[in-house]
Amino acid sequence: MLDKNGIAKRIAKEVQDGYYVNLGIGIPTLVANYVRHDIEVEFQSENGVLGMGPFPFEGEEDADIINAGKQTITTLPGASFFDSALSFSMIRGQHVDLTILGAMEVAENGDIANWKIPGKMVKGMGGAMDLVASAENIIVAMMHTNKRGASKLLKKCSLPLTGVGCVKKVVTNMAVLEVTPRGFKLLERAPGVSVDDIRNATEGRLIVEGTIPEMVL
Amino acid sequence: MINKKVSSVEEALIGVTNNMTFMLGGFGLSGIPENAIAQLVKLGVSGLTCISNNAGVDDFGLGLLLQQKQIKKMVSSYVGENDEFERQMLSGELEVELIPQGTLAERCRAAQAGFPAIYTPAGYGTEVAEGKETREFDGKMYVLEHAFKADFAFVKAWKGDEAGNLIFKGTARNFNPNMCGAAKITVAEVEELVPLGELDPNQIHIPGIFVKRIFQGAVYEKRIEQRTVRQKST
Repeated sequence: MLDKNGIAKRIAKEVQDGYYVNLGIGIPTLVANYVRHDIEVEFQSENGVLGMGPFPFEGEEDADIINAGKQTITTLPGASFFDSALSFSMIRGQHVDLTILGAMEVAENGDIANWKIPGKMVKGMGGAMDLVASAENIIVAMMHTNKRGASKLLKKCSLPLTGVGCVKKVVTNMAVLEVTPRGFKLLERAPGVSVDDIRNATEGRLIVEGTIPEMVL
Repeated sequence: MINKKVSSVEEALIGVTNNMTFMLGGFGLSGIPENAIAQLVKLGVSGLTCISNNAGVDDFGLGLLLQQKQIKKMVSSYVGENDEFERQMLSGELEVELIPQGTLAERCRAAQAGFPAIYTPAGYGTEVAEGKETREFDGKMYVLEHAFKADFAFVKAWKGDEAGNLIFKGTARNFNPNMCGAAKITVAEVEELVPLGELDPNQIHIPGIFVKRIFQGAVYEKRIEQRTVRQKST
């Protein structure tokens, strides 16, 4: 079973040379730490920066340079700043190659819910609805089950949707799954996790074909 | 040169009354019009509708107006950092319209650019699209979203001149340029109001035509919401 950093490490392998990547808040933010150093990648943050770098050293924080999680950041050589309309032109206009975001629920048809628990938690969707409605390549990073042990990979989302039929791939602490017209196709299992473990933790339709390899991290 | 300079925040906010609709720039606490917000608290105007990506934190930004119960309705994309906001929303005291961040930006820009509405794919198939016109273009579904209508836009820039030209810094730019000229009256506050001719016309982000009043803010706290640092490796 992977921890959050393990999930981020596995997703980092999906990032290819020449990609512009948007990272969501939470586990997705960690992905930047594990991207190979021999490829050229630029991270976009929807609040208006392309070419994000690591967190600043203590004493070098700048209130005017933050990421979408409101954390202080730095920029790398070649970075640029822009307004919100232009930022979402990059996203809506499909100039961003890969979007990685967290979710509360994913359905077997690729629906995603991650912005609201009615009557309980209403934080808002931020840029998530724009991202999932436009991106061609969306990977969800999340735990396979919630805190109560219930599956987050469902036949149908129970929470208000963020987007419909948009998720292509899900990487959890247990598995890598591809969203296909027939359901969640199991591609890889996490170290120490069996196909049966994954089956038991997946409410949506799970497709298992042939031998399922263990993830290489 | 058409002079947009006003001498104080008091003068900049002349005409502000109860029940108005405002646009306020900023993402989180970055690039918020701190001085205009402080003056709104002082004026005590209420029944306000505020279009702003976020709602500040409990004791800063729009949170200050929420504390005084001056806001009737918020139009935002993300409101997760404010307990008082959540309390007022869940108790029904505060009306809240949550909309996608890109839609928020584009509804501002549409108002600025003279478009009555725009089609966006964001929110299609979700509760955000309920009751709204939808249309298919090239096999994909889009939602019709209308341009905002606001009485005042309060924006914050890094530098400006008396002609109202603005330059923003870093990610404090965010929604500020999109709100300029998107309301009946745009009030820009800047950290530094420089003499005419000092700003390079090539570097202007927003030309003064979009700004009605400009003033230099007396103080900027520029609070950091999530101070995140890394250690120097020794």
